[in-house]
Amino acid sequence: MPEFSIKDVGLKVGLEIHQQLDTNKKLFCNCPPIESDEYTIKFQRKLRAVKSELGEYDPAALFEKSKSKIIIYYANPQSSCLVEQDEEPPHNLDEDAKKLVLVIASSLRSNIFSEIYPMRKTVIDGSNTTGFQRTMLVSQGGFIEVDNEKIGVQSICLEEDAAKLLRDKGSIREYSLDRLGVPLVEIALEPVEGEPKKIKNIALSLGRLLRSTKKVTRGIGSIRQDVNVSVNNGGGVVEVKGVQQLDQLEKVVEFEAKRQHGLVKIIEKIKNSNFKDISKENDVFEITDEWKQCKSKIVQKALNDNFRIKVIHVKNFAGMFGYSPYNGIRLGKEIGQLVKFFGIGGVFHSDELPNYGIEEEDISIVKNLLKTKENDAFLIIAAPTDKIDFAIDSVINRIRDAGRIVPSETRLATQTGETVFLRPRPGASRMYPETDIPPIIITQKELDYAKNNIPKSWDESITELRNKYNLNQQLAEQIFDSKYIELFEKIVQRIKVNPTFVASILCSTIINLERNGLNAQLLSNNEILKSFELLGNGKIAKESIEMIYENIMAGKSRTIEEAIKNASINTVKQDELDQMLEKIIENNKNMIKNQKERAMGPLMGIVMKELRGKVSGEVINKLLLLKIRNVLENN
Amino acid sequence: MSDYRGYSGKSLEYLKNNNINIGESVKIFADITYSGIIMPRYEHSDDKHLVLKLKSGYNIGLGLEKIKKIEKENSDKKKIEHKVEYKKKISLPKILLLSTGGTIASKVDYRTGAVTPILTAEELNSSVPELAEIANIDAEVLFSEYSENIMPEHWLKIANKLNEYCKSNYSGIIIAHGTDTMHYTSSFLSFALSGYPIPIALVGSQRSSDRASSDAALNLIGATRFLLGCKTNGVYVVMHQDKNDETVACHFGTRVRKNHTSKRGAFQTIGDVPAFIVINDEIKRNNLKNFFKKKEYEAKINLKTNVALVKYHPGYDPNLLEKILEMNYQAIIFEGTGLGHIGKAMYEKVKKAGKRGIFLGMTSQCVEGRVRMTVYESGRDLLNLGITPLEDMIPEVALVKAMWALGNSNSVDEVKKIMLENIASEISN
Repeated sequence: MPEFSIKDVGLKVGLEIHQQLDTNKKLFCNCPPIESDEYTIKFQRKLRAVKSELGEYDPAALFEKSKSKIIIYYANPQSSCLVEQDEEPPHNLDEDAKKLVLVIASSLRSNIFSEIYPMRKTVIDGSNTTGFQRTMLVSQGGFIEVDNEKIGVQSICLEEDAAKLLRDKGSIREYSLDRLGVPLVEIALEPVEGEPKKIKNIALSLGRLLRSTKKVTRGIGSIRQDVNVSVNNGGGVVEVKGVQQLDQLEKVVEFEAKRQHGLVKIIEKIKNSNFKDISKENDVFEITDEWKQCKSKIVQKALNDNFRIKVIHVKNFAGMFGYSPYNGIRLGKEIGQLVKFFGIGGVFHSDELPNYGIEEEDISIVKNLLKTKENDAFLIIAAPTDKIDFAIDSVINRIRDAGRIVPSETRLATQTGETVFLRPRPGASRMYPETDIPPIIITQKELDYAKNNIPKSWDESITELRNKYNLNQQLAEQIFDSKYIELFEKIVQRIKVNPTFVASILCSTIINLERNGLNAQLLSNNEILKSFELLGNGKIAKESIEMIYENIMAGKSRTIEEAIKNASINTVKQDELDQMLEKIIENNKNMIKNQKERAMGPLMGIVMKELRGKVSGEVINKLLLLKIRNVLENN
Repeated sequence: MSDYRGYSGKSLEYLKNNNINIGESVKIFADITYSGIIMPRYEHSDDKHLVLKLKSGYNIGLGLEKIKKIEKENSDKKKIEHKVEYKKKISLPKILLLSTGGTIASKVDYRTGAVTPILTAEELNSSVPELAEIANIDAEVLFSEYSENIMPEHWLKIANKLNEYCKSNYSGIIIAHGTDTMHYTSSFLSFALSGYPIPIALVGSQRSSDRASSDAALNLIGATRFLLGCKTNGVYVVMHQDKNDETVACHFGTRVRKNHTSKRGAFQTIGDVPAFIVINDEIKRNNLKNFFKKKEYEAKINLKTNVALVKYHPGYDPNLLEKILEMNYQAIIFEGTGLGHIGKAMYEKVKKAGKRGIFLGMTSQCVEGRVRMTVYESGRDLLNLGITPLEDMIPEVALVKAMWALGNSNSVDEVKKIMLENIASEISN
C-alpha cells in the first residue's frame, strides 16, 4: 500500500470557528447563560418538516420528514425564559454582543455593513425551539496575519447558539434550553492551501485574537471549529464539524486529506473499469425469504427483528468495495458509515464475503438470483421496512458518486482525529428575514468606537503580562488564556503575594483538582480573592490553599472560613506543634543519630503528612531542624 | 415583483435611474463586489440604502454613498413550481374552511423572504397533509385581515356567509381567524346564528405557519377531529391548550378570552375547563351542557356599534360618560371593580344615562367570577340607578352582545330582556 504524502494532494482548508461571547446574557433576551442539571420545566413539541422549494428528490430529507420525532425540552427558569420556549417573540438585539462583534470585525479589518438583517435559518432537528436559528451577517472581507501571511476572512456573523442535546433514542429527542440563545460569533476564513500544521496555527492565532478581547468565554465547548476540506480532482468540499481542540484539528485535517485522496484514487480506478450504472428497478432484489437458512448471527437477528434483506447488484464492480488505496480507506467502509444515518448497523459486500457467518451457500443463492457475471459485485442491506428503501436510494447514489466525485457531505470529527459520516450535505440554506426584529442600523459613531477599541494583539498582551508581573512565557500564556486573567490582576494588585505563585494556583492547582472530578464552579472568584487575602496577612499557610480549594470544590464547604474549619486547617497551636514534633523526634531518635541532618527529609515527610496546611511548611522546617540539631548536639 | 416596495426618495430614484426592479439579480461594485438579488425594504426605513440578498442567503443593507457602480446580471434558472396533485377522498366527511386572515395558513418564498397567505385547498393540503386523511376540505377566502383590523362589518360578512351554508351537508365549518380578536367574532356568531346546526370552530395560530414550530397544523388537525367527532353544535374557539404540541382545547365561543400576548395556550375558558379537548384522535367532552339554549336555528344578523365599554378605574373622569352620551351611544357596558362596582363620583352621570334610556350593564374587570351587586352598599346604589348586573358574562362578550341586542330590538326594555337571556352559554348557570 503506498504511503500517503500530504504535499501532493492539493489540500485546501476553509476554517470556520464559532466562539461564544461572554456578555453574561443571551442574544435576544436577558437570561444569563447558566448551565445546570436541574430542570423544573418540561414540555414537548413536534417540528414539522418544511417543504423544499426546489422539489428535488433528496432521500435524506424525505427520510428526516418520515422520522417525525417528538422533541422534549427541559428548561431551568434561571437560564431561560419564554423566548427560549418559543412562547414569546425575541427582544431587541443585545447591545453588548453587538458592540463586541463590531470590535472583532474591526480587528480583522472586515467591511461592516451599514444595515444588518437578522435572518431565520431553518433547522428542524429540534435544536432550536422556533424551528430556525437566528443569524445575521455583520461583515465581509478582511484578514488575519499568521506567520507573515495574510489569511483572508470570508464573513463574520453574529448568531444564537443551539439547545444542548441530552438524549436521542428511538422516536424521542431531548434537549435542554440553557445554551439556546447564547451569542456566538462565527468567523469563516477563505480556504487556504497548506499543511495541517499551518491550519492549526491559523486556528490558534484566530482563537488568540478573540481571547485578546477578554470578552469571550473559555472552557470546553466555548469554541467550536469546523473545517471545509477539499483536494485536487476531488470535486467536492467536505464539512467536518465538532473539532474542539487544536491537536485534534491537525489530525483531522490530515485524516480527511488522506480519505479524500483515497476516494480520488477510487474514482480513477472506477473510471478505468467497465462500470456503467445501477438501475433501481432491475438491480435491487429481495432475499428475506431466500436467506432464512443463513447461519450468520447478524442475519438471524435481523430476521428475528422482522427486518427485510435486500441486495443491490452492481455490474462490473468486483473489487471496488474492498479496494483500499490507503490504510482504512475503502468504499465499503464509507457505505457502512452512510447507512448509520438511517439507523442501520452496516452492510455486507461481495469483496469481503464469505465472512460474518455468511457462507458460500448463501453467496451462491444471491449469485444465482442476480445472475451475476465474474466481474460483478453486490451489496446486502438488512433493515426495517420503513427505512430500507431510503437507505438503498442513498447507497445507490453513493455508488454512482464513487466513480465521479468526492461527495460533499457533513462529517463529524472523532476524539482520535478521524472523521465519520454524519449527514448528507444540507440543501441550499433555507434563510428568510427574521421579521420580528427590525434591521440593525450601524452608525458611524459605533464604527469609530469599534475601531478605537481594537484590543492589543495576543503577543503584545503576553509580553506586557510577563514584564509587569515577572512571569515566565508558559505561565503568562496560561493565565492570559484562562478565565481567571482579570481575577489574577486584581489579586496581585491588591495583595502582597508572589504573582508566579498566584498564577500557578489559578492555572495548575485548580485545573488539577478539576481533572480529579471536582467542580470549579463551586469556587467563586470572591472566595479565591479571600483566600489570598488571608495568605497575604499570614493567617494561612501556602500549602493550605490547595486543601481549602479542594474542600470547596468537593462541595463540603461554601466559603473559605467554612473550609478552614472543615479541613482542620490552622488548628494546631504553637505548644501543640512543639509537643507533636517532640514526639516524632523521640520516636525516631535512632534514625537521627544515624543520618544526622539528612534525617530532615524523611522526618519532614512524616510531619507534613500530619500537619500539611495546618502550619506553614517553612515554620515546621525551621523548628524541626532546630530540634534535630538539638538532639545531635546533646548526644 | 415589479413594485418598489419600501423604497422611497433617493433609493427609489437610484433604482429607477439604473432600471433595476426588486427581485432582479445585480452586481454591485463598492468597497468589495457584491452579487445578489435586490430585496424589498421594510416600511419606515430610510431612503439611503439598498437591500441585497447574497448568494449565501443573508440579506444586507448597502449605503448608496458606498456604491460605485451597479449592473444587472442574467437571471438564474427559473424556479420549478412543483404542482402537487391533491386527491380528495370522496368518501370522507366534508369540512368547509373559511379564511378571514391571520397567520394560520401562510407560506414563505425563500428567494424573496416574503410570507404570503395560503389561499387554496391545494396549498393548505401540502402544508397540512394530515387533513386530507380525515376530511374532504373545501377552502374559501372571505377576506384577508389581521384580526386587530377586524370590525363589526366583518362579523356581519362572516355571519351572512355562514347563513348561506346552514343547510349544506358540511359536517363542520372551520373559520381561520387572527387570534387578537377571535373571541369577539366567536361571540357575535354565537348570538347572530343561535341554533346553527353545523358545529363551527374558529382556529388561529400564535406562531405563523411558515415556521416549522408553528402551532397552526395541530390546531387545524385538532379542530377537524373535533368537528367530526363532537356530535353537537355550537361556536367554538380551538387552540393549543398549553405549550406542548399535544392537547388541543375547544372552548365555548362565549366563555373564552385571549389571556396571554404570545403563548400557544393563550386562549382560556374563563372560570372552567375547556368544553372539549382533543389528544391525538381522542375527543374528551368536559362540558355536557348544550352550547345553544334553543334548538331551532334563528338567524338574527344585525348589530349597532354605538356601545361603549367603560373600564372603571380610580380617577376615571365622570365627564367622559357625559361625552359618551353626547355622541349618542345607546348602551354602556361597565367593567367595574370587584363584584361590580364603580366609584361614587360616577353616580350623577350614571343616573343621567339611565334617565336617557341608555342600557347600562355591569361586568367585572376581574374577568373571572360573578357580578353580585346586592352585597355592598355601592352595588345597591348602582342597582338603584338602573344598572343591570350581567352575571358572569365576560366584558368583551357583553359588549358584543349589547351591539347585537341593539341591532335586534326597539326599546331599552327589549335590550335588557335580551341581555339577561342566556342564548349561547354566555352566562354560566
